[in-house]
Amino acid sequence: MSGVMKRMGMIFRAKANKALDRAEDPRETLDYSYQKQLELLQKVRRGVADVATSRKRLELQLSQLQKQSSTLEDQGRKALALGREDLAREALSRRAALQQQVTDLETQHQTLQGEEEKLTLAAQRLQAKVDAFRTKKETIKATYTAAQAQTRIGEAFSGISEEMGDVGMAIQRAEDKTAQLQARAGAIDELLASGALDDSSGLAKDDIQSELDRLSGGTDVELELQRMKAELAGGSSASPKQAIEPGQGQPQTKEPQDTPRFDKQ
Amino acid sequence: MIVRIMGEGQVKLADSHFAELNKLDDDLLSEMESGDESGFRRTLGALLDKVRELGEPLPDDALEPSELILPAPDATLDEVRDMLSDDGLIPG
Repeated sequence: MSGVMKRMGMIFRAKANKALDRAEDPRETLDYSYQKQLELLQKVRRGVADVATSRKRLELQLSQLQKQSSTLEDQGRKALALGREDLAREALSRRAALQQQVTDLETQHQTLQGEEEKLTLAAQRLQAKVDAFRTKKETIKATYTAAQAQTRIGEAFSGISEEMGDVGMAIQRAEDKTAQLQARAGAIDELLASGALDDSSGLAKDDIQSELDRLSGGTDVELELQRMKAELAGGSSASPKQAIEPGQGQPQTKEPQDTPRFDKQ
Repeated sequence: MIVRIMGEGQVKLADSHFAELNKLDDDLLSEMESGDESGFRRTLGALLDKVRELGEPLPDDALEPSELILPAPDATLDEVRDMLSDDGLIPG
């Protein structure tokens, strides 16, 4: 057995690995990385926009300066026409100073334009890269999800076989129950047939009752015959038809199947 | 080898010292298993002192995995036993 130091070290490492396994979902990492790339792209685009704004501001300044410059030129011309050479000289010297500024601004403008073009190109390239990454990321994610699903299916399969076992048990139970019910039904049929159980449906009659019915039916017929004879001999009876009705004698037709019917009717 | 004393930090120890430390470590384990609290305290103190004495402390910002881990000097026998049971240390 190893000492406390070793055991603690081992347990720590095992736990740390477990924690790492849990934490590392490559899909999350990919999404995070994509998010970062998008942010970077956003920054570059903002940079492009800033440079473009500066360029436009320079253009505005340039056109203002050029306007001032032409105004000064006009003023110089007018001053000269009026014979004020001193004024004309002043206007022209101011114009020269302005012209210097214009040149400086034009240089700046060119530099900015170059920067803007470079940044735009970089943004386009980055956009393409981010797009490519997104496609790749989705592919990797899909693959990972598929692999995960496959693992789950594998896991589920062992579970399913257990489930199937359960289903088998259920079928077995159902079969048992059916057999039991059939056996019971058979027993009931037998009991009913033997007359030990009353049949509440009134459809089937046990043999003893049938025999009794038949016998009583027979007596009825005899009685009826006698009554008819009496009728013919004397006055009318209250209800001769009712007595003739074969209500009580009916079961006879069921019981002795092999005897010809016309015998009874 | 890198040894971590919990709550204190890491020290680097030459492998030649381990024969000496292992004896104390094994004693500590048997005391923990038998529940000998006073012996456990004494041995843990001795073991930590030895590690500190023989080892060379690692800077706090060093990123080295510890190969061996020792309980904090004030850890009780029960705490250490809990840590060594399956669900100790990092819950979950």
